Amino acid sequence: MKTIFERTPTLKDCPTHYCPGCGHGIAHRLIAETIDELGIRGRTIGIAPVGCAVLAYNYLDVDMVEVAHGRAPAVATGMKRANPDKIIFSYQGDGDLAAIGTGEIIHAAHRGEQITVIFINNAVFGMTGGQMAPTTVLGQVTATTQQGREAANEGYPLQVSELLELLPGAIYVERCALSGPAQIRKAKKAVKHAFQLQLDAAQGLSLVELLSPCPTYWRMTPVKAMEWIEKEMTKAFPLGRLKG
Amino acid sequence: MCGNEALAEAAIIAGCDAYFGYPITPQNEITAYMSKRMPEEDRVFVQSESELAAINMVFGASATGKRTMTTSSSPGISLMQEGISYLAGAELPAVIVNVMRGGPGLGNIAPSQGDYFQATRGGGHGDYRTIVLGPSTVQELVDCMPLAFDLADQYQIPVVVLADGILGQMMEPIVLDKKPRRELPPKDWALTGAKDREQNIVRSLWLPEGALEEHNYKLQAKYEQIQKDEVLCEQYALDDAEIVVVAYGVAARIVRSAVNQARKEGIKAGWIRPITLWPFPTEQIAKAADELSIFLVVEMSMGQMVEDVKLAVAGKTPVLFYGRPGGGVPTVSQVLERIKQLTIPPKKQ
Repeated sequence: MKTIFERTPTLKDCPTHYCPGCGHGIAHRLIAETIDELGIRGRTIGIAPVGCAVLAYNYLDVDMVEVAHGRAPAVATGMKRANPDKIIFSYQGDGDLAAIGTGEIIHAAHRGEQITVIFINNAVFGMTGGQMAPTTVLGQVTATTQQGREAANEGYPLQVSELLELLPGAIYVERCALSGPAQIRKAKKAVKHAFQLQLDAAQGLSLVELLSPCPTYWRMTPVKAMEWIEKEMTKAFPLGRLKG
Repeated sequence: MCGNEALAEAAIIAGCDAYFGYPITPQNEITAYMSKRMPEEDRVFVQSESELAAINMVFGASATGKRTMTTSSSPGISLMQEGISYLAGAELPAVIVNVMRGGPGLGNIAPSQGDYFQATRGGGHGDYRTIVLGPSTVQELVDCMPLAFDLADQYQIPVVVLADGILGQMMEPIVLDKKPRRELPPKDWALTGAKDREQNIVRSLWLPEGALEEHNYKLQAKYEQIQKDEVLCEQYALDDAEIVVVAYGVAARIVRSAVNQARKEGIKAGWIRPITLWPFPTEQIAKAADELSIFLVVEMSMGQMVEDVKLAVAGKTPVLFYGRPGGGVPTVSQVLERIKQLTIPPKKQ
């Protein structure tokens, strides 16, 4: 019998703590496949964020560190500058990267740090109970926007990728969605390209934003959550390669 | 070479692989010096966008096993407290120099010792300690740097060098030598890429029931070892002293002059100078308290280390305090005056 699909070695064989229908598992797999396909497990260091994915090292079998909320791009800077031969990636949610860590990601990109950032945008704070994130879309009900997000009071969804696109130090910025097989295949290509750039010592930061489902705090079934990404989330966060 | 530049060069000699810093007075000579010298040595210099970023860059470089440090002054050190707590939790070595200035708030840029509590208690959250060194001369500041890096590596702990604006700006002759270092444990925990080995994880999160408690006990055992083995302090003329003056850093230089003058005037005075502020020389002070009549603590603050002296003396004899805050530096005559007030009995009414 021919094996046509199997677990990639860098993804550990263990039960998941993520909720049913969560996008983190998919994103982890894309990273693990990329690491194995590029053959870089032995020189890769990953940075786990504060949030649901803080335990990413339980799934990704590479050297990993857990850092303070939002500070991953600064930690990555310290790692990469001191170890230019290593492949450094940060894995950050929207609370981590787009709220408390806005300064760190902007300046890491601004300096053109040769790191890879996987940015998981699920439009809420997941770990703390589904509060509004900067990326929450207008009208979206969350634990802290119970009448729906209003621009007049809470501002507009923050488009981090569009902000970073403006910086010369960001050489590759692409937004993909984890909303179905076709989109996931595109996301895989983007993730692999972002790592490949670092492997090629390209002069700058690469970031892939992944629109990712959070059925638990969107109060939807996993299938509805996938549909909501394509119908609603992509209006605020259009898909595509923004740069590079 | 001023103290700031001297400590920077000493850090380079001590093998600092990566320096990260953000400008703040009165320590700007360090960042400027490092920006020139680190690239010359083919090492890392990054001017960060904030002190928050600087301490996290240190966190990153340290997690990969490199010798790394940052420097700042009081308000900047406040911003670093989050990172210091994470370094302590993740048991990562790092050297952090605080060239103290006046506070609270933006304060001023004059020398101060107002950050003693922050440094020795841990200004960040959680149950942790950092080693704190309090040099009093530029030579000692220079000698502190290899010691700080060695202590950090030996115990996997952040080490704070607590200087102040005077030491940073002062010029004194120094000897930069390469003394033999400690035997240090291998950094087999470092993140270097999991080549032909299992993954390494650097973490400070311990979620399962009891796991953090166990981690805290492990940290505590390390702290107790440090308290047992690493206390440094200097003592002078305690044998027959009727008053012992306790001070650290540049305040101790003033105290030394005042005590020498007091001796000339026939007053039996001595001094104790803690060099490690944590671990604090509690035993040395407690022993002195068994035999001596009175303690005077002198600080460039409204009284912070005095609490540690009182804890050590444990009520056996009176502990009095003299200090000046906000950039005020006690003079020799002011300290001498206090010594006299405390030792010469008032005339009977």
